Amino acid sequence: MSMNVKRRVFLRGSLAAGTVGVAASAGLLTPQAVIAAWNEKAFQAKSIDDALTAAMGEASNTASDAIKIKAPDIAENGAVVPVSVSSDLPGVESIALLAEGNASPLVATFMLGEGAVADVSTRIKMGKTSDVIAVVKSGGKLHSARKSVKVTIGGCGG
Amino acid sequence: MAKSIKIRAKIKGDTTTVKCLMTHPMETGLRKDKKTGKPIPAHFINEVVAESGGKTVMTSNWSGGVSKNPYLSFAFIGGAKGDEVKISWTDNQGGSDSGTAKIS
Amino acid sequence: MKITKLTLAAICALSASVVMADKMAADTTPAEDLKLYRDYFSKRFPGIPLNEYGNGVYAIDKVSRDSWEAIEEFPPYEPMIEAGESMWNTPFANGNTYGSCFGDDPAQRQHFPYWDAKRKMVVTLPLAINECRVNNGEKPLKYKKGAIADLLAYMSYQSRGQKINVEVPDDPDALKAYNEGKSFYFARRGQLNFSCASCHMQSAGMHVRTDILSPELGHTSGWPVYRSKWGELGTLHRRFDGCNKQVRAKPFEAQGEEYRNLEFFLSYMNNGIEFNGPSARK
Repeated sequence: MSMNVKRRVFLRGSLAAGTVGVAASAGLLTPQAVIAAWNEKAFQAKSIDDALTAAMGEASNTASDAIKIKAPDIAENGAVVPVSVSSDLPGVESIALLAEGNASPLVATFMLGEGAVADVSTRIKMGKTSDVIAVVKSGGKLHSARKSVKVTIGGCGG
Repeated sequence: MAKSIKIRAKIKGDTTTVKCLMTHPMETGLRKDKKTGKPIPAHFINEVVAESGGKTVMTSNWSGGVSKNPYLSFAFIGGAKGDEVKISWTDNQGGSDSGTAKIS
Repeated sequence: MKITKLTLAAICALSASVVMADKMAADTTPAEDLKLYRDYFSKRFPGIPLNEYGNGVYAIDKVSRDSWEAIEEFPPYEPMIEAGESMWNTPFANGNTYGSCFGDDPAQRQHFPYWDAKRKMVVTLPLAINECRVNNGEKPLKYKKGAIADLLAYMSYQSRGQKINVEVPDDPDALKAYNEGKSFYFARRGQLNFSCASCHMQSAGMHVRTDILSPELGHTSGWPVYRSKWGELGTLHRRFDGCNKQVRAKPFEAQGEEYRNLEFFLSYMNNGIEFNGPSARK
């Protein structure tokens, strides 16, 4: 079936395909970062700090301009919120994606393996208006950025 | 029967961008069945592994906080046109599936 | 006809604030209605090309459009298109296929809905699908979601680019059905006492709580729809059902006469807009 011919084409670039810089030193990654058993403690943690400590070994992080989060200012349905995280920090080992307002804020972790670039996208559930937080482990330290996303209670459609 | 993973892998310059769409209910375990009032058990993909060129490119761990019929996109360097990308998922109930696509 | 006039006049009185209802509720012809309808929206949303209306609220709201485009870039309904294709290609027990009923061409949307002069009724594509099944010894599918939505997703995808092209023949029964659809559209209903027009004409582009109301122009092009809210595909009549419930009115039967006549009227108003289903919406 010729999916490609009938696929919707937008004139403007779309969210997921855009890349913001490429980690020059991609390929530095430690093997242990790659296969991890599901971290129940991190994913069930009720606070950002607890989640980060369990997922990345510590909670303290520095805000960084070198991390870009793309997410809608207003999510028309909290069940499906497209989010992209990219960073040109050097040697990114892992990325954690959190929704501060969710009962369990940690939504996803990405352990970057051989050659992986710090540029990931997914669609997440957000229970209410809050910040989406991206925490990036680079050079053994945690760096972060946040983006506020309003989650609306629809009148009819939501 | 179609597999539960659709993959698009495209290379531009030296960067391959992989986009996947998976079919999965992604139940958090927090919802209640409207008819019976009983909680719907948690059933969500908790790990996705991406491999190419004989190496694991990325592992992603998820909670039920990722949307139903989940989407994932990531990128890597070192791939080439024609290489295969393999995406495998496992869920919290022991289910799993995998799919492959060639980089174009 | 007299009865119709009185009823419509009564409706006008009730929804007097909907100026368009006054104009269109009179015994205007479908062609006159179409002009009034289009004029209303082009004044309301100047500069929006006709075809853009097929994108619903995303034609008029920039913020939601961005995240909609992100989702449509690799949309959640793609696996359902494939499931629908599989259905199209699977023969019935008697060896016939859907192709046997539809001239071997899944790109059928441009032919629906249509007025069946013989049976004196509006025929929609889902109705035709089930008639095909029943005529070939298969059980009919439920109309709001599930397998029928998958098949419609495939047929809609194949029909992309075709234009909505509904004809209301100059036939008293066809006009009656069209006018019933039109009356339905302008009639207030439910505890909340809204008509379709209250939200989608009069208040199109405005907020109901935090939702922006989509203009009705373009409403029938994108079906079936994967709504984030449903987490699955649903049909146009599923949405009619939901909308009626949301104004706390008792919904009508999917593919029953009321909704088919409503679809007939709405589709005619959308003539010229390209089919762009299936689509992802909130």
